[in-house]
Amino acid sequence: MKGKYAWPDERGYFGEYGGCFVPETLMAPLAELSRAYDQVTKHRTFKRRLSDLLSSYAGRPTPLYYAERLTQRLGGAQIYLKREDLLHTGAHKINNAIGQSLLAHFMGKERIIAETGAGQHGVATATAAALLGMKCTIYMGTEDMRRQRLNVDRMRLLGAEVAGVDAGSCTLKDAINEALRDWVTNVRTTHYVLGSVLGPDPYPRMVRDFHRVIGDEARVQLKKETGRATPDLAVACVGGGSNAIGLFTAFLGDPVRLIGVEAGGTGSDLGHHAARFAGGSLGVLHGTRTMVLQDQDGQIANTHSVSAGLDYPAIGPEHVLLRELGRIEYFAICDAEAISAFHFLAETEGILPALESSHALAEVFKRAPNMNKKMVILVNLSGRGDKDVESVIAYDAEHADEIDREAELSIHPAMRKWSAPTTSEES
Amino acid sequence: MTPIEEAFARCAAEKRSAFVPFIMAGDPDLATTPRLLEALVAGGADIIELGVPFSDPIADGPVNQRAATRALAAGTHLGEILRMVARHRDRLDVPIVLFTYFNPIHALGIRRFAEQAAASGLDGVLCVDLPPEEAEAEYLPVMREHGLDTIFLLAPTSTKDRVKRVAQVTTGFAYYVSRTGVTGEQETLPSELRKTVKRLRRRLPVPLVVGFGVSSREQVVEIGKAAQGVVVGSALVRLIEEEGRARDLPAKLEAAVRKLTGQPKGSEVGAQ
Repeated sequence: MKGKYAWPDERGYFGEYGGCFVPETLMAPLAELSRAYDQVTKHRTFKRRLSDLLSSYAGRPTPLYYAERLTQRLGGAQIYLKREDLLHTGAHKINNAIGQSLLAHFMGKERIIAETGAGQHGVATATAAALLGMKCTIYMGTEDMRRQRLNVDRMRLLGAEVAGVDAGSCTLKDAINEALRDWVTNVRTTHYVLGSVLGPDPYPRMVRDFHRVIGDEARVQLKKETGRATPDLAVACVGGGSNAIGLFTAFLGDPVRLIGVEAGGTGSDLGHHAARFAGGSLGVLHGTRTMVLQDQDGQIANTHSVSAGLDYPAIGPEHVLLRELGRIEYFAICDAEAISAFHFLAETEGILPALESSHALAEVFKRAPNMNKKMVILVNLSGRGDKDVESVIAYDAEHADEIDREAELSIHPAMRKWSAPTTSEES
Repeated sequence: MTPIEEAFARCAAEKRSAFVPFIMAGDPDLATTPRLLEALVAGGADIIELGVPFSDPIADGPVNQRAATRALAAGTHLGEILRMVARHRDRLDVPIVLFTYFNPIHALGIRRFAEQAAASGLDGVLCVDLPPEEAEAEYLPVMREHGLDTIFLLAPTSTKDRVKRVAQVTTGFAYYVSRTGVTGEQETLPSELRKTVKRLRRRLPVPLVVGFGVSSREQVVEIGKAAQGVVVGSALVRLIEEEGRARDLPAKLEAAVRKLTGQPKGSEVGAQ
């Protein structure tokens, strides 16, 4: 695909997906943002400042870690973890939060706002705001505030105002609605730091570009570690899809199998999951034309995932194109599998992964045993799991009588709804 | 002349601006909506904006959001709204314009939507999150083909180029959002509003209607001096929210509209 792949087009479309579906009030500001993004980010001063902040402040490059015990335990392909969880604030989100906030700073905006689901993007944005001396408001669904309480406190301690959103499912989708309303009202002074490869142009490409450092670094590190720059398989979880795009973009032109993992929740009925490719259809939500979980009348469905960061009814438009082109495959992992993967990584490697990243890990745990020992799997450990400790303990207490972890990894009943256990197709 | 053009011509002849009330279809339920539409007409509406409830109304403030939530909870959807309009169109002697988000139209299919909307007797559609750029490929030609007006928004952030672009595609009228922000009542109106409206009118081939934040007779009169039409939405939606269960809701709505249009009290409808 190298050379040919140059999306989005000048209208912000990735094939038939993407675009700019917003009220008139935002059209001129989005055009201004596009121009500023294209000009400012090419500027040497901006590039140097961003690169300095990413290395000396955020902690880049993040390590590439060969998970030896995990690999031995699963008995198949070698598993490498891209340790985005070791970044300042604990997730990949800081790449984009610093990038956009710095851009807003260069544009002369005095205030930034953001939505957050798991709280990681909110914490990253609040952090960037404190760093750059900007005012900051974070919108968060009240359900997410409950399950990610630690991050709410972190944002407040960083000086941000956290505005609870008590509408709809009280999760990420509703937080985006409210952030957009704020932006429509205060667009002259405020920049909206959208946290994923979603929304109207230029957000999907801008957020992708700020995250592509993940994959670019991994290539170099992998080459040093294994002698070859490309893995056989790369895996990442997909809520809006920013960490996945950030990892995959570097490998689009190579013979690397790419797998995105959606949240399968508790079952395949609408409202019980966030698997847009399994249960969604084309729609327009939050400014972009993409795959959306919705009813037949075009009303957006509520979603469920044990992971707040994946609990969203739409997926970034570029993912829809890349799936259509056959370049990325998508599978769903249910709540129980993700929780099992969380425990498994914690106990074999001493790493508490974010529940979002645990979905990617669960997919890897299913596939690795069926792959040749010489093969290499690269998985994006997009965030750390400290924020999820309460959720995991609560989940385990609720499901105490059903837990049989070893078995869950391969034959949990909820899993069959989504994907049959993998065969040895890859070896 | 289309019914919308006729409405503006009549208002111009009477040397006043058009009064354009907004209510949400299906709030409190779709069975009540026709009676509320009749009350709007009786109170002096010149054109009606009928809202289609959407689960994620990013351009609406809390009052209209709650109205959408109530309407959806009552089972309202676009297809039913169009059938309701078709059944009652004859008794409503004013143009009706649908005010909607794009996804319900996208789900129904643009062509099917246009066919059903035209058959129902609707006069035009304002799709808040469909800017001209996204409308040009399919929406505009299909709507034209079915004789439906396509109303577009203008905002304080609209640049000269954007005004030009909107002027090329908006038919029936253009809707100026009088401040940056979501729908909802405002106590004060932006001072530069009259100047802006005058400037915009010179660049538009169709009448200009002003909305977002208008809630009193004084504001209606004030804006009416500059614009050819004034929209009042949230203030009426709030009344429906507060009196939704009252049996005399249509009479109350009519009285509220009379206050806004400054029409003397005539015969009450649906009071008993």
